[in-house]
Amino acid sequence: MRYAMAIDTKKCVGCSDCVVACQTENNVPIGYCRDWIVEVTDGTYPQLEIELRSERCNHCENAPCVRCCPTGASHYEDGGAVLVTPDKCIGCGACITSCPYDARYSHPDGYVDKCTFCLDNRVKKGEDPACVSVCPTKCMYFGDLDDLNSDVSQVLKKRKWKTLIPEAGTKPHVYYLI
Amino acid sequence: MKEELITSGRMNPYIDPHLNIWHWQIPLYLFLGGLAAGILFFAALYTIQGKADKYPTAVKIAPLITPFALVLGLIALFLDLKHKLYFWQLYTTLRLESPMSWGAWTLMVVTPLSFVWSALNIRQIFPNWDWRYSWVKNIEAFFRKNIITLSWILLIFSLILGVYTGILFSAFNARPLWNTSILGPLFLASGLSAGAAAIVLISKNHFERKQMAKIDLIIIGVELFLIIHMFMGFLASTQVQIDAASLFLGGPYTTPFWLFVVTLGMVVPAVLEILELNGYRMPRWLAPVLILFGSLMLRFIIAYAGQESRWLY
Ligand code: SF4
Ligand code: SF4
Repeated sequence: MRYAMAIDTKKCVGCSDCVVACQTENNVPIGYCRDWIVEVTDGTYPQLEIELRSERCNHCENAPCVRCCPTGASHYEDGGAVLVTPDKCIGCGACITSCPYDARYSHPDGYVDKCTFCLDNRVKKGEDPACVSVCPTKCMYFGDLDDLNSDVSQVLKKRKWKTLIPEAGTKPHVYYLI
Repeated sequence: MKEELITSGRMNPYIDPHLNIWHWQIPLYLFLGGLAAGILFFAALYTIQGKADKYPTAVKIAPLITPFALVLGLIALFLDLKHKLYFWQLYTTLRLESPMSWGAWTLMVVTPLSFVWSALNIRQIFPNWDWRYSWVKNIEAFFRKNIITLSWILLIFSLILGVYTGILFSAFNARPLWNTSILGPLFLASGLSAGAAAIVLISKNHFERKQMAKIDLIIIGVELFLIIHMFMGFLASTQVQIDAASLFLGGPYTTPFWLFVVTLGMVVPAVLEILELNGYRMPRWLAPVLILFGSLMLRFIIAYAGQESRWLY
């Protein structure tokens, strides 16, 4: 099993519903976020192009944050999701420094926190992650890459996609449809 | 003009607008670790070579600083941790992939060794020192008998410690400024040079001071070579590393780096030492103090600038 997410940059309108849904679902401390919207404007005026995307931890297959963690608090969970065990985390910040996407933050309680794909609280119960289920344009797909019939596998077969900074060698599991 | 504008809705504390998670604790920890590594390296080296009498300060006196330096360094590391109650988790596993892990273990080896070495030389400070219990005397006798073995272990671990202070940074490919293998040897050299400077500062022996000053001159030469090499590597690399180098070549860190680290920390003390070796009278403390200052600044500037360098996407 390999969990993955595909996010359609053509459908995203940047409404931030996914951000708020995540904050509510996961009790994210005020002033922090586990997912966020990025707007990239490209081109020469007046021919401008905008790309909107909802970003989060990429649950990398070759995750530098897992490699750099001295205690094993950052680890791969079943299905390849990258999680942090708060009781093992010493808050050294090595993982925060090692993430090319700056997807992690230091929780006010001291340990390091980030997107979990809602693994324990939703996915294991058969639900989609909070961000996926709340998106009003239905621009996100979540599922198992090893299951060729899953939504994610299907949409990645049909559409063109990219990952963020592939040259960093992290092998992200969050894909952006372009 | 073709433009690209990136706006992010993320504003996490210590992460945005640029990473700022490591503060003074980490560079101080690395400086003290490097300094201790440098001093212990020379102590072990001269013991192995049988030159303890020629270099009394390097072998017997300067190492007395190292337990303090290492314990202070460990305290600084501890202060940096944000989940402090779980500190012990660091010593439940050894993960060779993680420099933070094997570095913490290296310190756990070097710190006790520095205490042993200092205990063996405590009579340099307190000539009438006597251990109260006979078992301590037995331990002392054991180490004295095996001093060469102890020195070899110390030599190897001090080198590992010295390189580690640089590898801790260079293992992060997410920060282009740090992601160069030059940082390991550069920080090792900086630690050795700080160690030599500390010996020059303390020593009252004319021969020893002269020899250590010469060694420092050579190490400064190596450091300058490595720094030039590092920038050449950056400028010949990808855009992210060119951007990283430009922090020091016109960017916000240009003055602090070239003034404090290179000029005041390397070039000026090198010139002072050359003049002194040629018989000019100089304030004796000036060159070594400048070298120690430069070594500290190197860690601070690399630590802070590295966190500002990043991939853009
Ligand atoms: S995006 Fe960052 S935090 Fe997430 S798995 Fe990759 S390196 Fe780790
Ligand atoms: S902050 Fe926690 S999760 Fe991150 S590297 Fe350190 S111990 Fe591991």
